[in-house]
Amino acid sequence: MSYQPTVSQLIHLADNALILGHRLSEWCGHGPALEQDIALSNIALDYVGAARNWYQLAANQINSLQDKAAFPLNAQGEATEDTLAYLRDAFDFKNFLLLELPNGDWAVTTLRLLLSASYQQLLLQQLSTNEHADVAAIAAKSLKEVTYHVRWSEDWVKRLGDGTDESHQRLQAAYHELWPYIGEFWENKLALPIDIASMQAQWLAKINQVFEASHLPQGVLPTWHQTGGTEGIHTEHLGYILAEMQFLQRAYPNAEW
Amino acid sequence: MVTNTISEAYVWELLAQVNDPEVPVLSVLDLGIVRAVTVSLTANENAPQVTVTITPTYTGCPATDLIAMNIRLGLLQAGIPKVNIQTVLSPAWTTDWITPEGAAKLKAYGIAPPVGKSLDNAYLEDITVPCPRCGSNDTQLLSAFGSTACKALYQCSDCKEPFDYFKCH
Repeated sequence: MSYQPTVSQLIHLADNALILGHRLSEWCGHGPALEQDIALSNIALDYVGAARNWYQLAANQINSLQDKAAFPLNAQGEATEDTLAYLRDAFDFKNFLLLELPNGDWAVTTLRLLLSASYQQLLLQQLSTNEHADVAAIAAKSLKEVTYHVRWSEDWVKRLGDGTDESHQRLQAAYHELWPYIGEFWENKLALPIDIASMQAQWLAKINQVFEASHLPQGVLPTWHQTGGTEGIHTEHLGYILAEMQFLQRAYPNAEW
Repeated sequence: MVTNTISEAYVWELLAQVNDPEVPVLSVLDLGIVRAVTVSLTANENAPQVTVTITPTYTGCPATDLIAMNIRLGLLQAGIPKVNIQTVLSPAWTTDWITPEGAAKLKAYGIAPPVGKSLDNAYLEDITVPCPRCGSNDTQLLSAFGSTACKALYQCSDCKEPFDYFKCH
């Protein structure tokens, strides 16, 4: 095989899944109805599971390096999915800024998932035919799950947009809050082996189809956008996520249960 | 030629008795997650090593680790001392690999088996899921996400019974 994913690329894919999965897991026990609470917990679990697969692949790659001192290692001197998730600081994370933003209300949560899952769906479609067998397998598996996420979030965005004045206003507000962050999708700063131009066109067509059903104006790609996530320059929100998520491993190194 | 006291066929028989922790009527073979079994004996070892290669079902399924442990325990209890569980990701598992016997067991257990093939993408279209209890086609989706990662929640409009549906994957 000629294509070998870089550690940065794998960590970027893993961080995206972990941070969004963690955010969605915050809804567990707080959903507006039992079915939706369970749906979000299931979706969160899908992302955390995908993160484990990407981190493990990254860890395998790191462990085959001559010098792995730049990466967090366990007591045996190995990188693992856990050392990568729990022992890196905010500036090491390479996730998109969009995914670390707080959940906000139901409109922000469902619209963010739609924007992100629609991007993920197109990305994973391309990666699922990648010549690297493990990349293709992880992508193929996650793709099926993400397809369900797109459908669920799409249904909610339409329902909010086509619902009451209040729900429509909230969806509008969510759009204005989230839209400046979508530009990071198309930078492809880590040079993933994908055709970004065709993805962008398909993504915008899909989103605008949902916007039309939601009585929202058609979205146009922003001329200026928030950026920095893939280079480790994050919003203030990421540090709070990590403080909560990593507390146990930081306070009790190598703790197991 | 090495002399194995354990045949691969015997290991497959044992695996047929290892069940899924979430859907205990299904064995790991019914689920289609066992990809290969090999029995090997190296020169300076007196007990053969059994390697079972499995593939995970759902990405975030917490049962995956438990399934691997149950396989190990099942073989150890049958007196096989050296058990090695290997996980392969490729090719990715799909519900198409659930055997016809597995689908029948699911239905008898009250869980509607997957409708259609996952690879033709029809799994997201509006499918008809027959009620596993009364067989009626007049059923409706209550929630696309159910009690575990692999299931959706349906209700039968005829017998009124809510039931789990094993989603295409």
